[in-house]
Amino acid sequence: MEAVKEKTDLKTQEYFVNMGPQHPSTHGVLRLMLGLDGEIITSIQPHIGYVHRSIEKMCEFDNYRQIVHLTDRMDYLSSHTSNEAVSMLIENALEIEVSDRVKVIRTIFDELSRISSHQLWWASVGMDLGALTAFLYGFRDREMINDIFEETCGARLTMNYNVPGGLMFDIHPNFQKRVKEFITHFKTKLPEYDQLLSDNVIFRMRTEGIGVISKEDAISFGLSGPTARASGVALDLRKSHPYMAYDRVDFESIVMDSGDTYARYKVRILEMWESMKIIEQLIDNIPEGDIQAPTKALIKLPKGEFYQRVETARGDFGVYVVSEGGKSPYRLKFRSPSFSNLFSLTQMAVGGKIADLVAMMATLDIVVPDIDR
Amino acid sequence: MDNEALKQQITTWEPTAELVEEGSQYLNVIIAPAQLKALAEKLKNDEAMKFDYMFSLTCVDYPEHFMMVYHLQSMDHKHEMVLKAKIEDKENPAVDTLCNIWRTAEFHEREVYDLFGIKFNDHPDLRRLLLTDDWKGYPLRKDYVDPVNMISY
Repeated sequence: MEAVKEKTDLKTQEYFVNMGPQHPSTHGVLRLMLGLDGEIITSIQPHIGYVHRSIEKMCEFDNYRQIVHLTDRMDYLSSHTSNEAVSMLIENALEIEVSDRVKVIRTIFDELSRISSHQLWWASVGMDLGALTAFLYGFRDREMINDIFEETCGARLTMNYNVPGGLMFDIHPNFQKRVKEFITHFKTKLPEYDQLLSDNVIFRMRTEGIGVISKEDAISFGLSGPTARASGVALDLRKSHPYMAYDRVDFESIVMDSGDTYARYKVRILEMWESMKIIEQLIDNIPEGDIQAPTKALIKLPKGEFYQRVETARGDFGVYVVSEGGKSPYRLKFRSPSFSNLFSLTQMAVGGKIADLVAMMATLDIVVPDIDR
Repeated sequence: MDNEALKQQITTWEPTAELVEEGSQYLNVIIAPAQLKALAEKLKNDEAMKFDYMFSLTCVDYPEHFMMVYHLQSMDHKHEMVLKAKIEDKENPAVDTLCNIWRTAEFHEREVYDLFGIKFNDHPDLRRLLLTDDWKGYPLRKDYVDPVNMISY
């Protein structure tokens, strides 16, 4: 670009291009306003709110049982984990002790959701970078997890399996068998993912050294989940604030240092192995016990403030409730990991090319309804 | 640092700070908006404190005041706390921006401006974030009414 300018004495004019709201690589209705010099990005301005439903305001009129069901409409790929966050907040506030059976089943479901979410993410990374085979592979394997979910709780995506005090029903008699079948199957398929993308020269050249974000910036931007761990931030709520059965399983929290697009990719691939490790440790050891602790039909939280954090597939999902003692919260805030992760683009993408922006967006793994709420 | 040590240090920096532990799992530090920025800088930069990670920023509309709520965590020291700024002025609520200290605050503050109408002094880009630019009113305020979009039941 510079060479061309020198030779011809041509001047480039800065101009603005809207990427989205209907653009396949924004993964939903998100508009990025790009300031461009040629194909170099000079500024980037995310415009969000296209699917804003004011869920926080709705929660101020709903009772606590209803709020659980609203949460899986935000991050639909981590619906179980989001349901769990609200359920756990209520359980902690009312000092309800859930049984060991519930803890173990919830943890298995969490990890299955994480694998399923990462599979869909991997499928779309491939598609964003022009590898359609990846898309088909990812969806093929994800189907098995969806079927397992469907068999136990009747839903494939927005599961609503958690209720305050435990679970809605017990697991299906086939559950353990099918989860083990899935693990055996996926252990042979995950190496194929590496062959197809991770070790692919074109893919490596498009991701390595692209969209680097330093550890200091990652912390300052409030990044969380795999996106933060790829920049060397050892933030994993499963380790630092263990909930459910995470304190009794042996797994590694994957942390990488380079902070580029490839590191964000690799962290998620390795996380799928760790998730399978967690499930294997728990699947044969589901203790007997009640699946629901007794709760009142209309739940009222004591006066005070409560905050619950869980590690979804995207990172630190938080629920902040201010209660005045009534059946609805006085104020409720959802801290969504995608929101903070998205805005790191304003630094990450500047100076790069538009084609690289697509790779960066793909490995940020944002879910737009989770940003807009 | 445990809560007692945090309390002691914060009181020496800011004697007017109100420290509350009841009714929350974190230590709550409530101060006036005028003192917010100075205290936030100390919390971030002091080696023993080093609250470098802001995991939540929001606002609550109480009948008599607005309360800005900042959840902070230290990556190195593993301690957590809640910083709160009590804005008494319900007519023209304003508070200093913290986006120079924590970058994530810039966008969370835009959301609070959008939904609560709190003005952030020295904010680089204070525009509505989720709603359209011509939206009237601030939906998360308690006195907000919208007969079309809000269904009461």
